[in-house]
Amino acid sequence: MDFVSTFLNVEVILRVYPMLLKGIGNTVALASATIVGGGVAGVLICLVRLYAPKVFRGLAIAYIDLFRAIPILVLLVIIYYALPFVGIRLNAFMAATLALGLVFSSFTAEVFRAGIQAIPRGQTEAAAALGLSFPVTIWRIVLPQAFRIAIPPHTSNAVAIAKDTSLASVVAMPDLLKQATDAQALTANPSPLIAAAIMYLIVLLPAVRLVSYLEERFRNDGKAA
Amino acid sequence: MNDRSAQARGRTAPAAQDDAVIRISGLNKWYGAYHALRDIDLTVRKGERIVICGPSGSGKSTLVRCINALETHQGGTIDVVGTRLTDDLKDVGRIRTEVGMCFQQFNLFPHLTVLENCTLAPRWTRRQSKRDAEAEAMHFLNKVRIPDQANKYPGQLSGGQQQRVAIARALCMKPRIMLFDEPTSALDPEMIKEVLDTMVELARDGMTMLCVTHEMGFARKVADRVIFMDAGAIVEESDPETFFSAARNARTRQFLSQVLGH
Repeated sequence: MDFVSTFLNVEVILRVYPMLLKGIGNTVALASATIVGGGVAGVLICLVRLYAPKVFRGLAIAYIDLFRAIPILVLLVIIYYALPFVGIRLNAFMAATLALGLVFSSFTAEVFRAGIQAIPRGQTEAAAALGLSFPVTIWRIVLPQAFRIAIPPHTSNAVAIAKDTSLASVVAMPDLLKQATDAQALTANPSPLIAAAIMYLIVLLPAVRLVSYLEERFRNDGKAA
Repeated sequence: MNDRSAQARGRTAPAAQDDAVIRISGLNKWYGAYHALRDIDLTVRKGERIVICGPSGSGKSTLVRCINALETHQGGTIDVVGTRLTDDLKDVGRIRTEVGMCFQQFNLFPHLTVLENCTLAPRWTRRQSKRDAEAEAMHFLNKVRIPDQANKYPGQLSGGQQQRVAIARALCMKPRIMLFDEPTSALDPEMIKEVLDTMVELARDGMTMLCVTHEMGFARKVADRVIFMDAGAIVEESDPETFFSAARNARTRQFLSQVLGH
């Protein structure tokens, strides 16, 4: 067998193409659910971490430390294979979203904490002097400015977690990697794996470029509009 | 806030019979073991212009920041337009809507336009409609002579312009009292005048003002009273004429020779 028919077998790829398409669809859905859900949760946890009463602050710190330390694959396997023993049975998509979301939320919380703490004290003082309430100050003054600071590292984390969606194949979620390995078994040819790698790159290369662009753009004028 | 004797002295805010808008009595503040304000008594009448000066670390900024509760105090009482300053957030909120403040570093919100900086507080705390808030903001931006910058962002303005926007932003809340915390100290010399001119106009309009500043020309021109602070206490308090020509305290005279001498 020559190289092309082994790794870049067009006939094989065309045959399994619908499978791979379904896989990339699931991967994008999983990444989106993780990034949106984990992102929103992360910002809320960050606010608890910074402004809540002491006990809740402590809990938030414990949460953030725990899910930043634990390997995603370990967490995923525990959620998918251990939780059923206590009656919590999640399908592969939900288990993967939960595992990735927990980890992503803790990274998001840290990135936003750094963003919020980088805002000069005078900003919240000016808001206070104007009589703005705490929620309005957070919503209109603190978060918009923290976003500008946090967006580059946050986007970078989002790309990283999008790559980690491939771990979901371990719990039999039909994501792109799982579909590709199935297709490989089906056709007894590794070309679907190469095709899957190219599909990952098609989605993620622009995302990586976007991170670089945002880092460049926000590097100097973190505060200007 | 917890000082018993001070509470006994003035349980109810006694602002009605005279026209005092700020009444500070027996005020003490500590930062840990550091005694930042010592037994401050100060009454400000409606329309009065007071300049507070003193060496750095003398507590002058801390004093004005206590008035709108940006700093908490540990002893004595502060009454602002009839409301006693307590830990109660409602009291703090009420006082902050009556008291405007300008900072040394302007502290404009960099992600909002000049107009949005001015309308944010009226819309959220006074529940004004966008249209009304914008109309009023334009009125005050006209007053500080920068209506043409309304749609720019603070970063696009000079320091002097930014401080005038900060004044307009505070005025949009229709405060009865304005606090200035070294408003010209961060400005290049050529921009100091435009800010001081705006403040002089504000004084002419009858605004009650407390200004922490080293601009002695401004003090001479508009102040009804000049207060000199040292080591957390008020050591001299007199009309500008007396203050500049016949200061009683040796520390005051030394300070004056330093700020006027160059």
